[in-house]
Amino acid sequence: MTPKVLSVNRLRRVFGDTTAVDGISFEVGRNEIVGLLGPNGAGKTTTINMILGVLAPSSGSIRVEGLDIPASRALALDRTNFAAVYAPLPGNLTVSQNLRVFGLLYGVKDLPGRIGDLLDRFDLKGREDVKCGVLSSGEQTRLCLVKALLNLPRLLLLDEPTASLDPATARDIRARIREFVAHTHGGVLWTSHNMYEVADVCDRVLFLSRGKILLSGNPRTLPREHGKDTLEELFITVAREPLALERA
Amino acid sequence: MRLHRVAAIALRQFYLMRGSPARVLPLFAWVAIDIVLWGFITRYLNTVASPGFDFVPVLLGAVLLWDFFTRVMHGVTMAFLEDVWSRNFLNLFASPLAIHEYLGGLVLSGIATSSAGLLLMVALATMVFGLSFFAYGLALVPFLLVLFLFGIALGIFGSALVLRFGPASEWLVWPLPAILSPFAAVFYPVSTLPQWMRHVSRLLPPTHVFEGMRAIVAGGAYQAIPLLWGAALALAYILLASGFFAHVHRLAVRTGLLARYSAESVS
Repeated sequence: MTPKVLSVNRLRRVFGDTTAVDGISFEVGRNEIVGLLGPNGAGKTTTINMILGVLAPSSGSIRVEGLDIPASRALALDRTNFAAVYAPLPGNLTVSQNLRVFGLLYGVKDLPGRIGDLLDRFDLKGREDVKCGVLSSGEQTRLCLVKALLNLPRLLLLDEPTASLDPATARDIRARIREFVAHTHGGVLWTSHNMYEVADVCDRVLFLSRGKILLSGNPRTLPREHGKDTLEELFITVAREPLALERA
Repeated sequence: MRLHRVAAIALRQFYLMRGSPARVLPLFAWVAIDIVLWGFITRYLNTVASPGFDFVPVLLGAVLLWDFFTRVMHGVTMAFLEDVWSRNFLNLFASPLAIHEYLGGLVLSGIATSSAGLLLMVALATMVFGLSFFAYGLALVPFLLVLFLFGIALGIFGSALVLRFGPASEWLVWPLPAILSPFAAVFYPVSTLPQWMRHVSRLLPPTHVFEGMRAIVAGGAYQAIPLLWGAALALAYILLASGFFAHVHRLAVRTGLLARYSAESVS
């Protein structure tokens, strides 16, 4: 059986007296976009940091295509990439310089061709020689996505990837990500506070609250299953009354 | 070790240097000022001291070698600090880059920047103040090598300190060579030091370089054994500093410091 793109098993992370992530288990399959939802402080970014190997779990395991992090860290991260608003590319290098550096880090074949293709797709053609620090926030977000797709990752982690984009650009970006998933057998773990976007793009969602997965399912049917009209209403319930859902 | 990842780290530094005169100038400015200042001091000392003793190879040579060591150390540390200042750790350490590959890239950058400074120092000292490197003979090669290795070790150690204590702790790193200099017997023989300082001094690789340099200038024979000891010490310090950096990195991953590094936390 082909291993899942991502398998997280009983993952737990404790900071002092606070349990940020409390024994969660989930998987991301090939050609699947999974939404990781929850209010601020629910444990989404902590989970992503552990998957990226920059934060050690207190217990539990993480496997990318069957490769354990941290035991096979380099191999696992070779087929992973990420984009997050809090991790912009260094502003003191130009667009093409940053992409060449990260392309080398990930050992990308035919790097100039790959960079040219992605810049074209993400509407950054002509901005190659601009310092990243002076790009607009929308351009910086698109550039982070270009970097995230450089190595054709099997696992793509996106932490609020469209947070600073206008609605039209955000829609284009969602289309690009869907296109990537359809053509590369990759899987995506996507966090967002935009429930419209989540319903539009995700095949499955996981609702995280206080470090635990409270709900999971299809974002288009899940609200009705819990007596809510929209995903946003369900989100607000998870954020404000997680105990009610835990008991249900 | 994947060389393309080492090259990526060095390439980033090359791009930073190429696009920024403000980064290139300090590579040459401070060494030039030091050579000019000490060049005139030695010239003056030669006029007032007893005839026959030449201060140029002793003092100016020492300044040049010490500056080279400092440049190597700063070259490694600066490359690391560029990633601190641009908050690039998450992008780097969430990639397949291994710690030894990252350190390899920093060292490669340090080699390039310190070599550029060395060339200028040698040119100035030779052309303006008549310092002849033939005075040291072939020993100059191991002298530079030992200082180079120890500069790398200290650069890696300084970077580990910043990784551990946060971006604000960079002030801890810059004075490290100055703190070591009284013990390293740069301008005077080890015998000048009190006993307890001599014990520390013998554990510092530069001491063996400067003692050797003075012995050669005084007309003595080239002492290979102390210099080999200095090289062995410098290599051991590189291993220790790399181990320390890897330990601090593991600690930063365990505590969560790496993930929230830009918050300047020490916890």
